[in-house]
Amino acid sequence: MRFYNNLTISQKQIVWAWIFLALPVLFYVVIRFYPTANAFVLSFQEWNLLGDRKYVGLENYAKLFSDPVFWKVFKNTFLYLILGTPVSLVLSFIIAYHLDKVRFMHGTIRALYFLPFMTSAVAMAWVWRWFYQPVPIGVFNNFLASFGIGQIEFLSSTTNALPSVLACAVWAGLGFQVIIFMAGLRAIPQSYYEAARIDGVSTWTVLSEITIPLLKPTIVFLVVFSSIGFLRIFDQVFNMTTNNPGGPLNSTKPLVLLIYDTAFNGFNMGYAAAQTVVLFTILLVVSLIQLRLLKDS
Amino acid sequence: MKRNRLRTFMLGAATAAMTMAAGTGGASAVEIEYWQYFFEARVDAMDKLIENFEAANPDITVKMTHFPYDSYRTKVAAAIPAGQGPDVVQLFYGWLNDYVEAELIQPLPADTFPPEKIEEEFFPMVKAMRMGDSYWALPTAVRSLALFYNERMFEEAGIENPPANLDELVESAKKLTKKDGAGNLTAVGLTTGMTAQDHHWIREVLIRQFGGEPYLDDYKTVNYNNEAGLKAFGFYNDLQAKHGVTKAAFMDEPQAAFKAGRAGMHIDGSFRIGALESVRGLKWGVAELPAGPDGTKSNYSSYWVNAITSKAEGEKFDAAVKFMEYLTSDEAMQIWLETVGELPAKPSAAMTDENVNHPVYGPFIKGLEYAKTTVFANESAQRQAMVDMMQRIELQGQALEESVSQAAEEEQKVLDEYYKK
Repeated sequence: MRFYNNLTISQKQIVWAWIFLALPVLFYVVIRFYPTANAFVLSFQEWNLLGDRKYVGLENYAKLFSDPVFWKVFKNTFLYLILGTPVSLVLSFIIAYHLDKVRFMHGTIRALYFLPFMTSAVAMAWVWRWFYQPVPIGVFNNFLASFGIGQIEFLSSTTNALPSVLACAVWAGLGFQVIIFMAGLRAIPQSYYEAARIDGVSTWTVLSEITIPLLKPTIVFLVVFSSIGFLRIFDQVFNMTTNNPGGPLNSTKPLVLLIYDTAFNGFNMGYAAAQTVVLFTILLVVSLIQLRLLKDS
Repeated sequence: MKRNRLRTFMLGAATAAMTMAAGTGGASAVEIEYWQYFFEARVDAMDKLIENFEAANPDITVKMTHFPYDSYRTKVAAAIPAGQGPDVVQLFYGWLNDYVEAELIQPLPADTFPPEKIEEEFFPMVKAMRMGDSYWALPTAVRSLALFYNERMFEEAGIENPPANLDELVESAKKLTKKDGAGNLTAVGLTTGMTAQDHHWIREVLIRQFGGEPYLDDYKTVNYNNEAGLKAFGFYNDLQAKHGVTKAAFMDEPQAAFKAGRAGMHIDGSFRIGALESVRGLKWGVAELPAGPDGTKSNYSSYWVNAITSKAEGEKFDAAVKFMEYLTSDEAMQIWLETVGELPAKPSAAMTDENVNHPVYGPFIKGLEYAKTTVFANESAQRQAMVDMMQRIELQGQALEESVSQAAEEEQKVLDEYYKK
């Protein structure tokens, strides 16, 4: 007690802060760090959910790196990232930029853009899956057919399937990104624009010299956030290809689906844990690189 | 008045509490637990079985718990070693090895379930449940494949009988296929989809019908990279590539196309009966799978089994044995057939005149006599090898021989990895 009484006010504040933080920290350690650490351990073991775990050293990792399916999946995951992030960012910026200027029914239009984000990913994926079906049930193909244009194989082609799934994922995340961009746009002080207008600067210059630079924190946030999202893509792929998860011929399979398949169809928990560790490492590295590149110099 | 009612209530409650105490606290009463995964018809059937069993054995109560399919295996694996969970458990036949290895279940006592008697009474495929000198698990019901056909489309195309062999299958399918002006398929003669039941059809039916044997060495060695295998896969591939009577994933899922009345024929398991019965306006019939070129009949069968867990000891074990006896009785099998639509696992229950001549169950039950059960190491990975095989041919133009040999290699890898343990 005397020790406490001898503390300065700010030290007392710190003590209290930690007392209040103790519970969430403990909770976080138990539900977050413990399972994560456990996954690391599991990645050096062999376990089929039943029976005992058995140490196998680096065997799971060795198997992973010599597995052609893993490298295919690895490539797919980065394709989702490399295509998905810029496309969704540019699209959402264009929409937000113009929506910001719209006065007519602004709230309603904004709500309409946000709506998909609130819908369940599973429901959306199934609706898009139906859109993509061949004649006689698919919406897109029936539309093409009514103009006498040949069918397009969307989900059953090794080249079209990944972009088709990605389109649904981009569309689903658009609402969220538009809202964040609009908040960012609104946060830019009007005085800069007024000054620019007085100087008679062109729209393009305003965009490239004022708007985009001042949006940098927003962009950084969205790039990191959506990259992590695309690297972890699962719902859309799984639900649009449930007949042949990640197919055709693994052309849409992302890492998370590979992990799911290994763990809950193959019951190969150690191998799945090794894949999880690899995914974790990728996410960490990509996020760190992005944060470094986009940091204010 | 009010007080009176209260008194009545109190009295009633006290009586109820005493009855309950007598029911569970009595010296001779045993409660055993039964676990299965959740599928409504199966739960209903089990409710009925438990009711009958308890009526016949008043000193035993059976408590059923069910879980969603996804978490079922995890729950079982966690509960039994901890001394909790079921005394009698339901598992997929393909999981037996894993359960035995993990010591989650114990062998059925030989005095009540003598192996010779089981082999005499059950359909031969149950043999997969034998390890060494004892049986570890037994099914109540089994599933087999048959050919569903759309009666209206048959009538329209002027086909009188469902195809009896593979040549007739192709001929009928040709007549049933419909195309629009641009050549797009609007109705297929026969549904195909390796991701549905077709991989079973090829493995245990077509390959055998073309003179082969899909696996050797107790299902540890792949054996379809040969002439018979090529013929079987060739026949299957020709349905789409040469005859144009089908398209893989037409209308997304084979059973969806059949349900929508846009497929003349559809090969599926007996578990589909319930779903098809509820489709309004669809008139369908069932026939045995078409025979092979030399008249060979074959079928694939799978099943879920019940086993006694290693947790059951003493009087609980005795009660569990009694319950297992009931679950494998003719009476239980008939109830299961009527509630779930799955077929009895014993000829004595299955091959009654009524069942064999039943227009819907009949063809499935006849199929059981010559059905084989694949022993899978990892069903989804083994299926994937076949899915990819057909897609390499269709989407990448790979030659049949090459694709089959690649698939055989991939599947062998899955098997080797599993059995090296």
